[in-house]
Amino acid sequence: MNVADTKGRPLLAVEDLRVDFPTRKGLVQAVRGISFSLGREKLGIVGESGSGKSMTGRSILRLVGAPGQVSARRLEFDGIDIMSASEAQMRDIRGERISMVMQDPKFSLNPVMRVGEQIAEAYRTHQKVPREEARRRALDMLRAVRIRDPERVYRAYPHEVSGGMGQRIMIAMMLIPDPDLLIADEPTSALDVTVQLQVLAILDDLVTQRGMGLIFISHDLSLVASFCDRVIIMYAGRIMEICDAKNLDAAQHPYTRGLLNCLPQIDGDGSDLPVLQRDDAWLEHGL
Amino acid sequence: MIAVRNLDVIFGSGADRVHAVRDVSFTVAEGATFGLVGESGSGKSTVLRALSGLNPDWSGEISVAGEAQTPRRDKAFFKLSQMVFQDPYGSLHPRHTVDRVLMEPLSIHGFSDADRRIEQVLREVGLGPQFRFRYPHQLSGGQRQRVAIGRALILEPRVLLLDEPTSALDVSVQAEVLNLLQRLKKERGLTYILVSHNLSVIAHMCDHLAVMNHGAVVEELEVSQLKRHAPTHPYTRQLMTASLGYDRAAIDSFQDFGISE
Repeated sequence: MNVADTKGRPLLAVEDLRVDFPTRKGLVQAVRGISFSLGREKLGIVGESGSGKSMTGRSILRLVGAPGQVSARRLEFDGIDIMSASEAQMRDIRGERISMVMQDPKFSLNPVMRVGEQIAEAYRTHQKVPREEARRRALDMLRAVRIRDPERVYRAYPHEVSGGMGQRIMIAMMLIPDPDLLIADEPTSALDVTVQLQVLAILDDLVTQRGMGLIFISHDLSLVASFCDRVIIMYAGRIMEICDAKNLDAAQHPYTRGLLNCLPQIDGDGSDLPVLQRDDAWLEHGL
Repeated sequence: MIAVRNLDVIFGSGADRVHAVRDVSFTVAEGATFGLVGESGSGKSTVLRALSGLNPDWSGEISVAGEAQTPRRDKAFFKLSQMVFQDPYGSLHPRHTVDRVLMEPLSIHGFSDADRRIEQVLREVGLGPQFRFRYPHQLSGGQRQRVAIGRALILEPRVLLLDEPTSALDVSVQAEVLNLLQRLKKERGLTYILVSHNLSVIAHMCDHLAVMNHGAVVEELEVSQLKRHAPTHPYTRQLMTASLGYDRAAIDSFQDFGISE
């Protein structure tokens, strides 16, 4: 495992990250110069659609496809400069050191391959081990994400499992190489509330036990506030505010306040919800 | 306004038989908002589809505005009751302009003053006349949902069936759409049935709600009971705990509430 913490250096350091898309109508700036750092903690990134939160996650793995252009003054993972790393170096990082769970298991799993074999493949890509060993590891991992009948699920195809189970399988696949950093992009948005929390609990336990860093990307501010240690609030490609999750109620930025206020509450009085008033000045000044 | 008694919906037969709705009964008073809450597969949308006439295979009794309904509905029914769907990206024809989307129900029902009605309904849902000749891809998610609400309202129905109208929208846009629905209800005295998996949205909008699980209603309660955090059924309580956010300790006590035949 790595030595990031012992040297007092953050696991991930991002300075002035930008993602641009040149289009016929001009340059679209999806991410406009954001900076943050991450230790072995649960960091939430919250924002509305189009705020650049997913692009931030993808740039860390250098997965932004053409015509997108990523630039950063510094994008460093455990001492490795991601911006100048070769493709071969990136292949070693992706999956093994940093892995990513996407939103919808239906589109992330190979539909014509048994799920257990996909998990085992993820392990064998990074470790030279016999097939049988990989299979045993995959079954252990299925057990770790609390799948009751791992032998049966190992042999199942993706269409034979429910959404919640599919997402657990994705998490198993992403955690089996034992990465140092997990990026979860809306991992539970397609799930029912109770299943969502159960999947999060699994993620939480595994992250805590293995001492990983977690970047949790979501549009659900109240969920992130109760799940993560720190929260980054993004709007239009900029960071509006970074705050401790437990102090989110005391957040200062009008955008954060607006997002909090427009949520309906179970014990609210049913009167009109305050509508978020956007300020053009937010586009110019981020953190 | 709406009465549903002993509603059953069964799909398929033999080994593939799915009992999607089991003996569901409820009534909704005129001008009220009734909530149906449950997780995916609980049958809440199926109840709504049976009510709206979209799903003809059901048994039991459904009456709307005092009239017993058969699986097949006549044209008059659709003037009385209209539906708004979950996904505004899927429920508007991608090659039809807003004008054409709104024109279709008017021409089916033989309205003559289409021009005036389209302008008026666009204003009412908070879109100006400048949106009239746009295509869906030129609109944001919230604007599309406003068009879908406009399409439902243009026949001046008395009942609106809302199937997860805001779950595909950002929270800030959700607030705008919920406010719009509240205002329209006040102005027009509409009766709503709102299906949602989000207990906070239901609590915000409704007077009365039914909690569904595995096709059956497990509990019917007043919203005031919900606000006092006093639901009685353990499934409702679990749903309530889950909607209050992530709590590591509470999650271990979650159970799967099965069906007892």
